[in-house]
Amino acid sequence: MSTAMAPEPVDNGGDARTRRSIARAVLANPTMVTFGALAVIILAFSALAPGLFTQGSNFVQLAQNVAILTVVSVGTTFVIITAGVDLSIPSGIVLGQVFAVQALKLLPLGEGTTAFDATANQTTALSVLVAVTAALLGGLIIGLINGVVVAYLRVPPLLATLGTLGAGLGVALILQDGVNSATYALDPVGNGALIAGIPNLIPIALVVVIAGFVLLHLSVFGRHTYAIGSNPEAARRVGINVERHLLKVYVLGGVASGLAGFLSLSYFSTTSIGGFSTANLQAITAVALGGTSLFGGVGSIIGTLIGVWIPAVLKNGFIITGVQPYWQDVAVGFVLIAAVWFDQLRRRSRDRG
Amino acid sequence: MTAAATDVGTAMAAAIPAVSAHGVTKSFGHVRALRGASFEAFPGQVTALVGDNGAGKSTLIKVLAGVIPPDEGEVRVDGEPVHFTDPLDAKRRGIETVYQDLALVPDLDAAANVFLGRELRRMRFLHDHAEMRRRTRNAFVELGVGLVQDMRVPVASFSGGQKQGVAIARSAMWASRVIIMDEPTAALGVIQTAKVLELIERIRDKGLAVIFIAHNLPQVLQVADRIEVLRLGRRVARFGRGEADVDRLIAAISGAYTNDEPT
Repeated sequence: MSTAMAPEPVDNGGDARTRRSIARAVLANPTMVTFGALAVIILAFSALAPGLFTQGSNFVQLAQNVAILTVVSVGTTFVIITAGVDLSIPSGIVLGQVFAVQALKLLPLGEGTTAFDATANQTTALSVLVAVTAALLGGLIIGLINGVVVAYLRVPPLLATLGTLGAGLGVALILQDGVNSATYALDPVGNGALIAGIPNLIPIALVVVIAGFVLLHLSVFGRHTYAIGSNPEAARRVGINVERHLLKVYVLGGVASGLAGFLSLSYFSTTSIGGFSTANLQAITAVALGGTSLFGGVGSIIGTLIGVWIPAVLKNGFIITGVQPYWQDVAVGFVLIAAVWFDQLRRRSRDRG
Repeated sequence: MTAAATDVGTAMAAAIPAVSAHGVTKSFGHVRALRGASFEAFPGQVTALVGDNGAGKSTLIKVLAGVIPPDEGEVRVDGEPVHFTDPLDAKRRGIETVYQDLALVPDLDAAANVFLGRELRRMRFLHDHAEMRRRTRNAFVELGVGLVQDMRVPVASFSGGQKQGVAIARSAMWASRVIIMDEPTAALGVIQTAKVLELIERIRDKGLAVIFIAHNLPQVLQVADRIEVLRLGRRVARFGRGEADVDRLIAAISGAYTNDEPT
């Protein structure tokens, strides 16, 4: 359609040149590099443990394992593209869990019991709705505080979200009197499978990924997110309300954490106040592995998706091949450093006067 | 695209300035940057604003661009008094500014930069990048910016002159009356400077009023249809094409010559 106006630059240099320019395009695209790394890892484990690793059920299990991290990482991708960071993810998740539990306790179920005490087969759509809403609200509050503090009070995001990390976990402990509570009310969500053979967490995470993709890559909101991460002053000059946009991005990150809290509560059937303390670092690792630049302005949802899978596949593969799974931490650490180094090289070679 | 309108624009030039300042004063604390400055820029003409450092050039264009409000005096657009509250106000009146730092987003491509903050939309929240790219490409062709083969790469990979081209073309696409450029050739080499000057002439020929600040006087004499000289926050001289040479300009800038009675 657009080619009607001016001729596209046609590459007539023959196959060799085309191939070389494709190779260059692939290398210039950090997402493709990470994708290559994931493909190599999967191929290696497939060769080492063809029977076990390549089973379809293994990949379904993997997808379910990474679903919750996927949801928070989508939110974190937006935050990091603005050249920010969100360390408060664990408190968003835990507050999401705790708010959901507290809301279920407020929902009467007759004869002195509440939705909180429901068994799996007593679950109603209403109690799920109440729990989701409460969990999202918990995440929203954390995100709102992050956004106001970062965008309007101009506190560096590292410290602002470190503050809300501690404060949020503290509030969760206060609300819970320091103990976790177990509920089976959300079991049909977390452990059911609306689509036969595919646990619910997978399609839910997939919907979040697709929504994140559309919002980041196809919408004006996403375009402005890149602009603010790349050159906030330029964004301001063309009339973008940079502060308000940053606030929205941090709220988005918080809401994603709250949703992850709901999902983890329904999957594990209990709150886990101490259980997600490294979710922030895992999400940042996944986003960085996926080629999103910590300096802002560059990144993709697909990359994040791949970045979530790399550590999970490594761990899974190590277990299946009988290697101590702790090697996963070692491998991921070095892969992360390599990915960020690669981003630096790319930036240096790209930027001209 | 509007060759006929261009001639009319030039012919009518003498009548009403596209944008003008009248007796504008502006102080920053003890510093009186503008002391009753006046200025006029006509459609279809390049107006150069020259003056020594501290003469008030930057302050004056910021007033015209709506960045800072004047303490006293008046800004008029097409002869009508206006009170800009912010740069967007000026943009709505068709006044675009190319700042010295260009204000481009390095990680986005040319079309995304050109349409930043004014994205074409589908379904209200999605951007229509294909159409934005098409219009940008057409505008680049029309203005002779080149770069159409680089429509997909981030502007960070462009040279200084190419970035300048994108920034100027962006303003040219949106400006309906006036383009203000703050030292558009300051950081460029010889060939790139020639290209930018050519671009300035092409924009003028579209019938817009082009205002540019420059220190290179031969360059000013080459491209400007009118020259206004600012000294100590006040206009001290103005020249039509061919009325000035480098020596006279230097005399005006340094205060040895004046042809404009202070108000």
